[in-house]
Amino acid sequence: MKSDEGTNTSSPEACGVDERGYYGEFGGQFVPELLFPNIEELSERYLSILGDPGFEREFQGFLADYVGRPTPLYFAERLSEDLGAQIYLKREDLNHTGAHKINNAIGQALLAKRLGKTRVIAETGAGQHGVATATACARLGLQCDVYMGELDIARQAPNVKRMKMLGANVIPATSGSRTLKDATNEAMRDWIAHPVDTHYIIGSVVGPHPFPDMVARFQSVISAELQQQLTEKIGRSSPDTIVACVGGGSNAIGIFYHYLSEKQVRLVGVEAAGEGLTSGKSAATTALGRKGVLHGSMTLFMQDEDGQVEEAHSVSAGLDYPGIGPQHAHLFETGRVRFASISDEEALRAAVQLSRREGIIPALETAHALAELAKMERSQGEVIVVNLSGRGDKDMETYMAHGLGESE
Amino acid sequence: MRVFEKEEQRTSPLLSVFYTAGFPEHCSTVEIARHLEEASVDFIEIGIPYSDPLADGPVIQRSSMRALENGMCVSRVIEQVREIRKECDLPIFLMGYYNPVLQFGVERFLDEIADAGADGVILPDLPLSVYSAQYEALFRERELSNVFLITPHTSEKRIRAFDEASSSFLYVVSSPSITGAITDAKEERDRYLARIEALSLRSPLIVGFGISDRESFTAVTRYADGAIVGTAFLRQLEEHGVEKEAIHRFVAEIREGDPR
Repeated sequence: MKSDEGTNTSSPEACGVDERGYYGEFGGQFVPELLFPNIEELSERYLSILGDPGFEREFQGFLADYVGRPTPLYFAERLSEDLGAQIYLKREDLNHTGAHKINNAIGQALLAKRLGKTRVIAETGAGQHGVATATACARLGLQCDVYMGELDIARQAPNVKRMKMLGANVIPATSGSRTLKDATNEAMRDWIAHPVDTHYIIGSVVGPHPFPDMVARFQSVISAELQQQLTEKIGRSSPDTIVACVGGGSNAIGIFYHYLSEKQVRLVGVEAAGEGLTSGKSAATTALGRKGVLHGSMTLFMQDEDGQVEEAHSVSAGLDYPGIGPQHAHLFETGRVRFASISDEEALRAAVQLSRREGIIPALETAHALAELAKMERSQGEVIVVNLSGRGDKDMETYMAHGLGESE
Repeated sequence: MRVFEKEEQRTSPLLSVFYTAGFPEHCSTVEIARHLEEASVDFIEIGIPYSDPLADGPVIQRSSMRALENGMCVSRVIEQVREIRKECDLPIFLMGYYNPVLQFGVERFLDEIADAGADGVILPDLPLSVYSAQYEALFRERELSNVFLITPHTSEKRIRAFDEASSSFLYVVSSPSITGAITDAKEERDRYLARIEALSLRSPLIVGFGISDRESFTAVTRYADGAIVGTAFLRQLEEHGVEKEAIHRFVAEIREGDPR
């Protein structure tokens, strides 16, 4: 894939989904008949809408002037000195609303308009997707209801306030573990009850086909820009290594997208180990999960022997999800992406390091990728790009609660 | 597998009751079945508890959580079906989500439930395409039926495909909603049911979702062969437990006005 092909939001072969909505043995549409009409409408129409030049123009216009793209590719000089490699940060934290989530939210909100929908629902974990969706809906005049786990509402208070300021309703999900998976269940229940006027903006590359593919296409703008920026900075479009955190996996797919077929580029996905892989309080899906059906797709997720979904645990609400998207499951099984996991402690330390050395406070989710960067094998001349998926404003309370405000 | 007769051959509509295995107590499943058979319910659906029941409303979610806390698992549900079958003759359908069955092993699951005496399964999130490609033969060999759901938004083409693939009844979802919702648009529901009735399908039509009392039961069975009561029955169990008289009264109230 050449960088001059833009975001490539309409090329079906680029992302590896087949016409039935599968990535190898993962993906598909495991939804009750109640949801089928919604999924069918989307499946039939998303490619033609995304491929429409008018849509592409409008989407690119919003990305440029409203979101603030392209986001910088920043050479992290002091981090590079510390770690002994050429480290670049793709600054998705500088997007409007503070994370990569807005790329998808704007794309899907525009799509919702084309589908004639007047109302949007979303699920959110850390609140970044909720804020991005509330923002897109405010701008495009769509009613917006965001489902958020009761537990996450408590630990991500600033984002709850932002959503309310933007005119969205924040509806607490009180079932199950009261986190992201339960907010997703609630959003799906809402969509079942409102199939005609409502579009469900899923925030990650999860859910039934075509969501994983559609979200990946909207996020692929990240790697399209990266190709161009690397060409300008280092004279070649590919780095040696890319590192990104994985909850459901949307920022990771976004930055991997145009490199998936370039086998020489090492791709690393970083999951949350929580309090440790054997602690029973983890969210490291590839290490602890098994194949099964979660939220409408065949994928890998953490479950007990009886097929009951297990509750994930991570200090980071955005990674606190028991599964990963079906494409990631496929990329893991085929070995194309190496998955690592990082504990709460390691992530917190990495957040301090970036703050103190580069003057950038990362989101807790992103801090997992930074911690793996410090841990992984690397060489002096190696060009490593980390997707700096979000900023840490929303996590200040957690950082302070862990004593990270003390000077060393 | 018992085949239900279409309306013409019966004198009264079929009444089915859904309840969650292991709710309110671990051991309630068998006792409830006994009371329902005595109250002359026509068939039952037993829910396999699941942690993430995304097509269900709060009442069924609650019963599922409680059942899981009570230690229910797939193999225990099958044991309870076996116990019910020792003393009850009524048809039993197991209703649940695909993942627990997938983890148990689909073939092993079908072997064991057939042996225990179940008549069929309802797995709303198992798509027709996957069923046809991977499992249809397994169901047939064991004479088990797989029940499909249709909704007000299911196209006629899909309805006919489900009818073709069905070997017992079609589960007609009365409104585009999760379980336990109140249907306020009665006229819309009636128009929809009349439309399905007019398709002259080969499978009997059993209506579910939103059937809570005599009024809704009578209304939908004007068009369909029967109806399923779920959420309202679980509420009844929450309030009155598994007491025999209360269950008999609940069933009689829904049946009243019924010529039987």
